[in-house]
Amino acid sequence: MAARGRIVAGLLAPHPPHLVYAENPPQNEPRAECGWETLRWGYERLRADLAQVEHDVLVVLSPHWQTYVGWHLLGVPRFESLSVDPVFPNLFRYRYALDVDVALAEAIHEEARAEGLVSSMMRNPDFRVDYGTLVSCHLTDPAWSRPIVAISSCRASAYYGVDVMQEQAIALGRATARAIEASGRRAVLLSSNSLSHRHFTTEGPLPEDMSREHITHHGQHLWDMKAIRMLREGRTRELVSILHELTTQAIGETDAGSLTWMLSALGFPTQGAELYGYGTVIGTGNAVMGFWPERAA
Amino acid sequence: MTILQGWVVPGLPHPLLTPDASPGYRRLRDAFDQAAARIAALQPDVLLVYSTMWPSVIGHQLQAHPAPTWVHVDELFHALGSIPYRFTMDTELARAWHEANERRGLASRTVAYDGFPIDTGSVVALKLLDPDSRIPAVIVSSNVYADRAETLVLAKAARDAVASTGRRAVAVVVSTLSNRLFTDWIDPADDHVHSAKDDEWNRKILEFLGQGRLEDVAQLSRTIHREVRVRKVVSFKPMWFLSALMGQHNHHHGEVLAYEAVHGTGGAVVGLTPTGEARGDKEFDEDDVEVWHGHREVLDPVSDEDEEDVPTPPAPRAPEPAPTRSASVTTATAAAPVGAYPHARRVDDLLYLSGVGPRQPGTDAIPGGPIRDAAGAPLPYDVAAQTRACIGNVRAVLEAAGASLADVVDVTAFLVDMDRDFAAYNAVYAELLGPVGPTRTTLAVRALPTPIAVELKVIAHVPLGRDAPRST
Ligand SMILES: [Fe+2]
Repeated sequence: MAARGRIVAGLLAPHPPHLVYAENPPQNEPRAECGWETLRWGYERLRADLAQVEHDVLVVLSPHWQTYVGWHLLGVPRFESLSVDPVFPNLFRYRYALDVDVALAEAIHEEARAEGLVSSMMRNPDFRVDYGTLVSCHLTDPAWSRPIVAISSCRASAYYGVDVMQEQAIALGRATARAIEASGRRAVLLSSNSLSHRHFTTEGPLPEDMSREHITHHGQHLWDMKAIRMLREGRTRELVSILHELTTQAIGETDAGSLTWMLSALGFPTQGAELYGYGTVIGTGNAVMGFWPERAA
Repeated sequence: MTILQGWVVPGLPHPLLTPDASPGYRRLRDAFDQAAARIAALQPDVLLVYSTMWPSVIGHQLQAHPAPTWVHVDELFHALGSIPYRFTMDTELARAWHEANERRGLASRTVAYDGFPIDTGSVVALKLLDPDSRIPAVIVSSNVYADRAETLVLAKAARDAVASTGRRAVAVVVSTLSNRLFTDWIDPADDHVHSAKDDEWNRKILEFLGQGRLEDVAQLSRTIHREVRVRKVVSFKPMWFLSALMGQHNHHHGEVLAYEAVHGTGGAVVGLTPTGEARGDKEFDEDDVEVWHGHREVLDPVSDEDEEDVPTPPAPRAPEPAPTRSASVTTATAAAPVGAYPHARRVDDLLYLSGVGPRQPGTDAIPGGPIRDAAGAPLPYDVAAQTRACIGNVRAVLEAAGASLADVVDVTAFLVDMDRDFAAYNAVYAELLGPVGPTRTTLAVRALPTPIAVELKVIAHVPLGRDAPRST
């Protein structure tokens, strides 16, 4: 029997396509001259730390795969296509080729059903992978050196409320942890979301003009700082208990359930997360952070 | 300005991909097929599609790729199958609409990228309403933060573009009525509207639409949003868009071809054919709006001129300049002057407008057609359309000066052919300016400087301090 699998890292890995645009990787067609460096340097430090930790798979939950009927998981071994961001097509036209750890995806799917959740495997080979998944995975592993498991967001926040979403996301986190343990994989979890999430609705002629980048509203900043402080201090249960307020007042992208899912899968760590970077992207608040369960306290 | 017909259709893929999974999907599909036949019979130049399933953040986006091609898979109903498509876009109209958006103060851009992900709703609507992809289309996004004013202005910009390009267009809004999906898988045979409450509201909406009362439904949009919409966006906008595009009135022939549940949502195929035009018989609970003046400078750290609603005590700041007692008004929302004069000049409380003709801003197109060709040979023309456009231009100049049609106190009208044109001119005038009640004088003149049949000279009363004369 294989060794017990485990989660070796839980990363808050937001997905503004602007960061990929600013990096000018070969996969992305538009070219930038700079931009959002504090966040990109944060991801750089994160990648350096991740390189020190052996891992087999990235498991990502993205707000931009929206499946109102339960949670879905990619269930085709390989996807290769072009992703054009529907909101920022000027910044993100990205050629991707990625492998899926279908066995692990199926295991999470089964465990999710055992938790009483509605869960489905996505088997259509023509499916286009959402840009949230692509951006978070690219920024964590630009070479796409490992397979991924991609989970959708069921958007229960919109259909019921943040509390129902959290209840489901907590159950999904438990299911994910169990499936990883049984799989023998060393998994890295990616919570693909920003914190506060009120965008500007105009864009300057040069998207990477950093003189125009700032938080939309002071109140958003206060919520971002509160969330970051709690994550750094390992107050994760407390954070989940106020996530309803954060999500509604800061229009948080935490409504997708990804942060709650990751914290649940990690067993609500009390060891603090490392902060790699914080910055705003068209007014939204983004933090790059990491929990490292195997580091000495 | 020709919107031949408007359609409201649902955007979920079931009627396209699995029409025989339930009798309801089949009835929806049959209704789509009927609608497609009606549209084909009209031989429109373009399908103008507003999809609630294409969200945007930076203003509104217009699909302007000449031939978008892809194999589409819905992110939720992926198991129903793939949808290959190759559409044709009316890129000229998309560009004209984009320019009209900017003239009316909206953030806007055209998108023309290979592989751009056209939303399921637009794909389904275009595949079903134009099965052979014969009719060019333009698709516009739905801005998640936009509210009524912005949506109305977007539709009016579309009207400008349709007029200036001379298109005969059919409008399509892709939207469910109630939008609550079941959150578990169902047997299609058991599909039904999620709740009796949703079903009642859907039927109420359809009763109105069946009577052609599109503007009444538009006016109900906020209530509909509260009652039967899962709040994924700020507001329920498609009826605002469609009604503003079709002239903001209730004079349509309405036909509900089908109403069925699709995974719990209420989906209806509804056709609206104009039978008349706006009359001064409506009360708007909220102001009508021609130009978007909303806060759009959040990116500019030095601009704070629009922050008057912040409820904190004002910091000391330089005194406001005294209101201008005499100032010129020039605006990009009215046709460029043909001589050395501003669009308007204010003296104290009175605003004097230069003569206003029907020419369209930006393009100089003449709604209703020019009265003669370049060689001077007479052409048939529609003086009612010209008069309507004149008054629209008067409104644009007034709004640029912070005023409205309701402020007009005196009108002098010039007609080049009193015998031929007076009755039609008089009818449109009565509709649009009759309720305002300014004094009026109508004169016959031998000619006007451009090939137009009518021009208006207007004086408005606009108390100082109510406005800020601005140049745009
Ligand atoms: Fe996002």
